[in-house]
This record gives sequence, structure tokens and C-alpha cells, in this order.
Amino acid sequence: MIEINGLNKKFGKLQVLDNVSLGFNKGECVALIGPNGCGKTTLIKSILGMVVPDSGSIHFDGKDVKHQHAYRERIGYMPQIGRYPENMSIERILTTVQSLRGYTGELDSDLMQHFNIKAIADKRMRTLSGGTTQKVSACLAFMFNPDVLILDEPTAGLDPLASEILKEKIIEEKSKGKLILITSHLLSELDDLVTSIVFMQEGTIKFHLPVQELLQSTSESKLSKAIASVLRQENAFKHATSNQLQS
Amino acid sequence: MNKITRFVITDIVRNKIMIVYALLLAALSWGVFSMEDNVSKGMLTILNLILLNVPLVAVIFSTIYLYNSSEFIELLLSQPVKRSRIWWSLFSGLQLALLLAFVLGAGIPILIFSPDALGITMLLVGVMVNAIFVALAFLGSILTRDKAKGIGMAIMLWLFFALLFDGLVLFLLFQFSDYPIEKVMVVISTLSPIDLSRILVLLQMDVSAMMGYSGAIFREFFGTTSGIGICFTILLLWIAVPFLISLRKFNRKDL
Repeated sequence: MIEINGLNKKFGKLQVLDNVSLGFNKGECVALIGPNGCGKTTLIKSILGMVVPDSGSIHFDGKDVKHQHAYRERIGYMPQIGRYPENMSIERILTTVQSLRGYTGELDSDLMQHFNIKAIADKRMRTLSGGTTQKVSACLAFMFNPDVLILDEPTAGLDPLASEILKEKIIEEKSKGKLILITSHLLSELDDLVTSIVFMQEGTIKFHLPVQELLQSTSESKLSKAIASVLRQENAFKHATSNQLQS
Repeated sequence: MNKITRFVITDIVRNKIMIVYALLLAALSWGVFSMEDNVSKGMLTILNLILLNVPLVAVIFSTIYLYNSSEFIELLLSQPVKRSRIWWSLFSGLQLALLLAFVLGAGIPILIFSPDALGITMLLVGVMVNAIFVALAFLGSILTRDKAKGIGMAIMLWLFFALLFDGLVLFLLFQFSDYPIEKVMVVISTLSPIDLSRILVLLQMDVSAMMGYSGAIFREFFGTTSGIGICFTILLLWIAVPFLISLRKFNRKDL
């Protein structure tokens, strides 16, 4: 559904994305993981067209997304830090986005009900706490029944109860056959969600593996441990090769 | 009118600064006309007031508004909206809202006291100057992400065109008075939209005494009619060029 080919992006001298190629299909729930500043958010923003890549292409359902906008109708995006016009009320934000999208179908108001957004709908964005802003972002991402959900650190800043609600919602949407992209560095949260893992480091893809394969090859039962062991192996390999070179 | 433009206009019109701006323009124009019996003299005073106030409010208000809308722009960008449409809508929204204040404040008294070609030229000049400085604000705010720098740049722009430019022209005139620099002066006067607007109105009023050096040369060079035409064309370029550069930059900006 999303095909990324040879994507490069530099911010000044820093190579944030270095020849990134990936493919995602319907019904997958992909976790993008990696240390801070490895290019996860830049990759996501490139898919959304908010960051313009230097070279390489992104295809959405077979169509190049460069200078296109219509494909975003099918994406629900939850940013890492939601920034909204300070003077708008929650209600106003929701209705504005709805009218901008020209969305006439049935709204998915599950999250709004669970988060009890109605009770605070007339509050201005400026007065909201970080967690509540995240809840609004989540509602916006899921509201228009998009085919693809892109969630950037969805549970950061949410209280345990809210993040549990969100996780359940993600699982529910996954079962409807939607493509879900999640970035996170809290590996423990991803265990019961994801079907495959993309590990990024310094702008390159280290590996892109289905969860089953990853667990089997490392003979671990927990994702976090599996990834840690993959990284250890890699480091050991590096050490070995560099030692060989030296001797 | 598209949804984003409408949103921007309603957002600005509710802003109290816009009401104060319209009231200020109204007080100045009504005041000048009621104190001055001679309409032409009144128009000259108003011309100078407009050429000082309109650019100031246009460039600074637009710059601050753009920086404050960065969140809104970011929200829009993740939605199925074309990038260039976002920038165009912000531009037309700001233009229309500021024009509304200008027409309600200064336009009505001008048209009541001088309902002729001169009055209409004055209005057009106001509209043009407003549009030019909004366009310059768009260019300035896309060039730097830093709000303080951006607003500083807006103030410098206004200061340069409204006050310093005249001084520079005079300085050049005195320094090179021994040389035939008429042609150069015509070119130089097109470098300031405010000067150009002044020349435009003065050509229309046909008061050579008030025209100043560059105005006189302009008339000598192009005659009244084609002089006015050329002024208009250059003013239009002053709107189009900064805005189109900013649009190009916005289309490539990473957010």
C-alpha cells in the first residue's frame, strides 16, 4: 500500500534519511523503532508530505505522492506533539478539520466517548494539558475512518488508562484490515500490537522483519529482549570484523 | 470563497486591533476633511497618512499573524489540502480582512469628499500599498523561522521604505547633482513602492509643485497617462514577485 524507494533527506549537513526503502501492506501493524533522532518522525512526515525529501519516491497505492494531496484523505495522523491554534476550542478544531476534509461519512466517535471529550469540548486548546492535547490528536486521527493510521509516539504523555483505551482501539482498527504505522521507543507497549518491526538507526533501516521471525531467530519471547539481542549480535559482529581488520 | 480564507477572515475581523485600525483611519480621514476646506489639500494630507500607516499595519500585522498561524498551517498540512492552496488562502484572507478595515476606515470619507478619479486613485493606491506590504510580510516570514527575527525584519522593511528611502534618494541627488542622473532617478524611484504610490497620486492630482524631484522626472519621461500606467504595472510587480517567491519557498518547506 505504501512503497518507499531510496528516500534521502538532509537537514543542513545532517543526513536524516539515508537511502531508505520500505514497503507496507494492508492489515499490517508496523512498529518503527530506533533511538532518538534516528529519522522516524522525518520518515513519517515525508509520507505525509510535510517534509519534502531530497531524492527518492513514495508511492501510495501505486501513485507517486509528490505534490499530491488527495491521498491524505485516507490517512489519519497523530503527531508526536500536537500543535493546534491556541484560540480554537476542541469542538472548533474537530469541525474545522471535518469541513476541510469534506468528510460526509459516518464519524468514528469511539475515542471521543471513551476520552469523554464532549465534557471539555468548549475548552480552548491553549488551556489543555499535554495529555489532553494528545487525546484530541488521537480523536482526530481515528475520526474519519482512514485506511492508514500513522501514529507518532501515540502513548507518550497519556495516562495508563487512556493509553490502554488507545491500544484497544488500535487493535480493533487493525482487525478491520487497516494499515497502522506506530513509532515508539517503549518496546514493552508494542508486544500485543505489532505484526512487523522496522528498526532504524542514523537514518538507515537496520532491519525490517515480521515479529514471529524476529522472536524465532532470537529464541526470545519478549519483543524488547529480541531486539536487544539482535543489536548485541550486530555489535559483536562489528567488533569481530573490526578486530579482524586490525589484526 | 474557500473555507480556509473564510476562516482567516473571521479570525482576523474578531481581532480588536483590526477595529482599532479601522477607527484610527476613520478618525484621521474624517478629521482632516472636516478641518480642511480645500479637498485637494486634504487629500494630500490623507495621502501621506495612508502611506505611513497602511504599510506599517499591513507588514507587521501580517508577519505576526503568519507566525501565530504556524500551528494552524501544520494542522492543515496533515489534511488533504494542497500546499499552495494553504498559502494562497492565508494571503487572500489577510488581504481581504485588512482591506475591509481600510475601506471602512479611510475609503468611505475619501469617496464622500472626493467622488472622482482622484478619490478612486487614492483608494487604489491604498489597496496596492496594503497588498504589497502583506506580500512582503509573507516573504519575510518564510525566510526565517525565528519570530523575533521575522518581526524585526518587518519593522526594518517599513522603516526603510517609509522613512529611510527618501533620505537616501535626497543624499544621492545632492552627491551627484553635477551629473545627468534623471534616468537613474526614475529607476531608483521604482525601487520603493511607497514613493511610487505617492508619484501615482500626484500625477493624478497634477500638482507639479508637490511632486518632488522623482515625480517631476516621471511626468517628463512618460507623460501623465503612460506615467500612471507604468506606476501601476510596477506596483503590481511589487505584489506578485515577493508573494510568488514566498509561495515557491513554502511549497518546498519542511514542517
